[in-house]
Amino acid sequence: MTVTASASETRSRPIQVWLLVWVFALAAVLVVFLLQDRLPWAVNYPASAVVPVADWVSALMRWIKSNLSWLTRSITAVLGVPLDFALNLLAKNFKIGHGADAYILPRLSWVGVCAAAFLAGHAVGGRKLSLLVGGCFLYIALFGQWTSAMLTLALISIAVPFCIVTGLFAGIWAWRKPWAERLVVSPALDLMQTIPTFAYLIPMLLLFGNSPVSAMIATAIFATPPMVRATMLGLSRVPSEIDDFSEMAGCTARQKLWRVLLPSARPTLMIGVNQVIMLALNMVIIASMIGAGGLGYDVLLALRALKVGEAMEAGLAIVALAIALDRLSQAIAHSQAKGHVHQAISPSLWRRYPNLTLAIAILVVTTLLGLFVPAFAAVPKAITFTTAPLWKAAVNWVTINFFDMIEAFRVALILNLLNPLRAFCEGFPWLGAVFLLGLAGYQLSGFRLAVLVAALTAFCAITGLWEKTMATVYLCGISAFIACLIGIPIGLMASRSDRFEKIVTPVIDTLQVLPSFCFIIPVVMLFRVGDVTAMIATIAFAVVPAIRYTNHGIRQVPPALIEAAKVSGCTPRQTFFRVQLPLALPEIMLGVNQTILMALAMIIICAMVGTRDLGQEVFIALSKADSGRGIVAGLAIAFIGIVADRLFGAWTAKARARLG
Amino acid sequence: MTDKTDREPNAAGAPKDIRPIKLACRNVWKLFGSNAANFIRERDGKASMADVTAAGLVGAVRAVDLEIRQGEIFIIMGLSGSGKSTLVRCMSRLVEPTHGKVEFEGNDLLKISDAALIELRRHRMGMVFQNFALLPHLNVLENIAFPLGIQGQDRATREARAREVIELVGLRGREHFYPRELSGGQQQRVGIARSLATKPEIWFLDEPFSALDPLIRREMQDELMRLQTMLHKTIVFITHDFDEAIRLADRIAIMKDGEVIQIGTPEELVVNPATDYVAEFTRDVDRAKVISARSLMRACDGSEHGGTVAPDAKIASFSAGIVAANKPFAVVNGTGKPIGEVTPQAVIDLLAGVDRSKAGA
Repeated sequence: MTVTASASETRSRPIQVWLLVWVFALAAVLVVFLLQDRLPWAVNYPASAVVPVADWVSALMRWIKSNLSWLTRSITAVLGVPLDFALNLLAKNFKIGHGADAYILPRLSWVGVCAAAFLAGHAVGGRKLSLLVGGCFLYIALFGQWTSAMLTLALISIAVPFCIVTGLFAGIWAWRKPWAERLVVSPALDLMQTIPTFAYLIPMLLLFGNSPVSAMIATAIFATPPMVRATMLGLSRVPSEIDDFSEMAGCTARQKLWRVLLPSARPTLMIGVNQVIMLALNMVIIASMIGAGGLGYDVLLALRALKVGEAMEAGLAIVALAIALDRLSQAIAHSQAKGHVHQAISPSLWRRYPNLTLAIAILVVTTLLGLFVPAFAAVPKAITFTTAPLWKAAVNWVTINFFDMIEAFRVALILNLLNPLRAFCEGFPWLGAVFLLGLAGYQLSGFRLAVLVAALTAFCAITGLWEKTMATVYLCGISAFIACLIGIPIGLMASRSDRFEKIVTPVIDTLQVLPSFCFIIPVVMLFRVGDVTAMIATIAFAVVPAIRYTNHGIRQVPPALIEAAKVSGCTPRQTFFRVQLPLALPEIMLGVNQTILMALAMIIICAMVGTRDLGQEVFIALSKADSGRGIVAGLAIAFIGIVADRLFGAWTAKARARLG
Repeated sequence: MTDKTDREPNAAGAPKDIRPIKLACRNVWKLFGSNAANFIRERDGKASMADVTAAGLVGAVRAVDLEIRQGEIFIIMGLSGSGKSTLVRCMSRLVEPTHGKVEFEGNDLLKISDAALIELRRHRMGMVFQNFALLPHLNVLENIAFPLGIQGQDRATREARAREVIELVGLRGREHFYPRELSGGQQQRVGIARSLATKPEIWFLDEPFSALDPLIRREMQDELMRLQTMLHKTIVFITHDFDEAIRLADRIAIMKDGEVIQIGTPEELVVNPATDYVAEFTRDVDRAKVISARSLMRACDGSEHGGTVAPDAKIASFSAGIVAANKPFAVVNGTGKPIGEVTPQAVIDLLAGVDRSKAGA
C-alpha cells in the first residue's frame, strides 16, 4: 500500500506544479488585462513600433518584378503553349490564321467527351462508376455549364501532370537525402499547406499578371505537396525484401528506383495523384480571381452580384466535376492497390484496350461531325435547362416564410455568442497570448517548441496585425469548436453502429471532395453576408475530419483489448469509457487538429462574405495587388495554423507515448 | 557408446571433403551503433559479448568464421534475432560487414568495386526471399525475366530463358498470372525460378519456406532437393526450423546471439552437440533418420551377421530388418570389407531413446 501511495504521489506532483504555474500565469494575464489603461502597450501592440515587414516584402516583389521580368515572361510563354492547347482542345476551338478568314478547328465535341467519361468509368470501375462519371458530365452539359467546366478541366489537366512530376522528383530527392527532407522539404511542405490559398494568388498575380498561366502556376504550387508526401511514403513503405531483391538482381541505382521501387509503390502514388487532382480543382476554382476563368469565375461573379441562383448552378457543376474526378481517380488508385489480373494476350490494340480505342474513335467522329452538325459542337440551347429561377424561388420562399425565424436565430447568435467572444478575443493582450502559448509549448514539448510558438505569435503582433489575427482566431476557434461538438458525437455513433457508418461514410466522402467555395453558396442564400454565414460554412467544411478520425480511432482499438475488458466483467458502457475512448484519444485529437486547420483554411475564403479578419486583409490586398500586405497577412494565417498544429501535435505525441 | 572414439566417429571414419571452397567468412562482424567500426578495429577483431554491450553497441553478427564448399547445401540455423539473416546479407554484401573478410572464390568481396559487385550479383549470385519479394506489377513471365532484363538481354532471349525455368519449377500455364493471383507455394516457385534464371553459382535462400503452411513446406523441400540433384548449386539456406535443416543440409551452422556456436553435419550435431543450446535443439529429432551406421558400430566380436549395411546408411533405413533378424549387421566399406558391426540392441536403444552411456555411468 505504501509503495503505491508514494508512487502515485510522485507521479501527480508535476501535474500539481503545472496547475500552480497555470493559475499564476492566468492571473498575471488577467492583471495585464485589467490594467490596460496603465499598460496599453501590453494589450494593443503600439502602432509606432510596428515593423514594416509588409513594405519590405513589397519592395522585394517590386525588385523581382522589374529585374526578373525576362524570367517571368519566358515562363509565361513556355507554360502558355500547352495550356492554350488544352484550353482550345476542350473549350475554345483552335483558330488558325487571323481575323475573319481564320480557319477554325473545333474543340472536342461535348457528346464525345461525355461518351469518353462513360467509357473511362466503365474501364476502371464497371457499370456503376460509368453511370456516375458519365452522368456528372452529362449533367454539366445539360445544365449549360459546359464551356466553363471545360475551361476548368483544361487547367486541371495541365496543372496535374506538372504537380505529379514535380512532386515525384521532390519526393525522391527527400527520400534519398534525409537532410534534404529534414531541412528543406518537410518545412516547405508544412508552410505550403498552411498558407491560405488566397495568399498564393498575390505574388502570382504580381509576377505573371491576370491570366490563366498565373492561375495554373498557383494551382501547381498549391497541389504539389500531397504528391511529395505520397512519394516519400510510398518509397519508404516498399518492403525491404524487394529492395534487397533489386540489389541481388544487380540493379544499378537508377534501375532500382525506376523499375523496382516506384512501380512497387504505385498504389500509394496513385492515392497522391487523387489528392493532387482534388486540390488542383479546389485551387483552380479559387484562382478564378486571378484570371483562371471557368466555373469558379461564374460563382465569383454571381456571388458578387448576389445572384444566388446562378451561383448555385455553377457551384453544383463544380460539385459534379469534383465527384466525377474524385471517383474516377480513386477507382484507378483502388484497382492499383488490388493488383493486376491476367488477361488473354491479344495482338490487336482494339482487343487489348477496347474502352480506350472506342473513346478515341467516338471523340474523333463526334468532333468531325461537329464541323457539319452544330448540335455536336456546342450543347444546343434547346436541350439545356437552367435551375437558377428554381433556386431563386426557393430562396425567396424561404425568406418570405421563415425570414423572422432565420433572422432571430442569426441575431441571437451574433448578440449572445459571437460579439462577446469577438470582443474578448480582440481585447486579449498580445503579450499575454505570447506568454501563455509559449508556456503551453514548454509544458508539452520543451524549450524549442516554446520559442517557436512564442516567436510565431509575436510575429502577428509586431507586424501590426494583432487585432485581425485575434478576429481570425475567434471565428476559427468557435467554428472548429462547434464542428468538433457536432463531429465527434457523430463519429462516436458511427463507430458503434455499422449501419450508421454506412450512411455517414458516403456523405463525408462527398463533403470532403467539394471545393471550399461550394460551402459558401447555400449558406449565403439563407444568412446573407457576415460572421454567421462564415461560421456555418466553416463548420460544414471542417466537420469531416472530426467525424472520420473519431470513428477510425475507436474502431482501431485492438479487438483483443475489448475482449479482455469484457472478460474482466466490464459493462458495454464501461468498456467504451474506460478502454475504447482513452485508447482512441490520440487519434481523436489528431482529428481535432485537422478540423482546426481546415476551419482556418475556410475562414480565409469566407472573406468573400464579409468577415473582418486576416482573410479580408488578404482579399483586399489581392484586389489592390498589394503584395507585401497580402503576403504578410498570409504568413500570419499560416503561423496561426502552425502554432495550433505544433501544440496539438505535441499533445498527441505525449498522449501516444503514455499509451505506448 | 562408452569410449571416446565411439563418440567422435567422423573424426576418423568419414571421408574428408575435398571440394573447393566457394564462399568463406573470416572473422566477420556486424555491429550496430555509433563508432562501431573503430570499436572493433581497435580491438583487432576480438571482443566479447560483454565488451560489445558495454560500448552501447548491438552485435548482430560476431566473429563468424565459416567455409562453404562448392555444391554443398549449407544451412544457417537459428531462432529469430540470432543474426542469421544479417549474416547471409553480409555474405552477399547487402549489408556491409563492420569488420572481417568475405571471400568469394578466394577474393575479398568487400574490396571489389561497385561495378564488379553488380556484375557478380547479376551473373553468379541468386537469392530467394521469405516473403517472395515478387514485383506486384509484373506477371510471372516478366518477374522471372526481370533480372535478365536488368542485364540488358533482349526480350526474346530473356523470355525464352524464363520459359525454361518456368518449366523447371512446374509453373507452365501460369506465365501470365500476376503474383497476387497465385498461392504462397506458387509464388515461391516464381521466386525460385527468378533466382535461377540467371544461372547463379551460389544460391542464397533466406527462410524460403517459412511463410508457407507445413504441407506445402514439405512439398517445396522435396522440390528443392529435386532441383539440387539436377543443378548442383552451392546453397546457403537460412531457416529457424531444425527439422527442415536436418532434412536438407549437408552441413548446418547453428547461430545464437550473432555467434556461430557449432558447424557440422546433422549427425555430428545430434551425436555430439557442442553446447546445451545445441543439445536442446536436437533433443526431439528423430535420431534414427539422422544417425548413420558408422556412429553406432562397434568392433566385430566374431558373432554371426544377419546382413550388411554401408557406413553412411541411416539407422532408420535398416532398423526394421535388423530387429526382425535379431542378429548384428556387418558395416562394410566400398570394397565390401567389414569395418565393424551394429547390434540389434544398439538400434533398439536408439529407437527407444535409451542412452546407455548415461545409464551406465
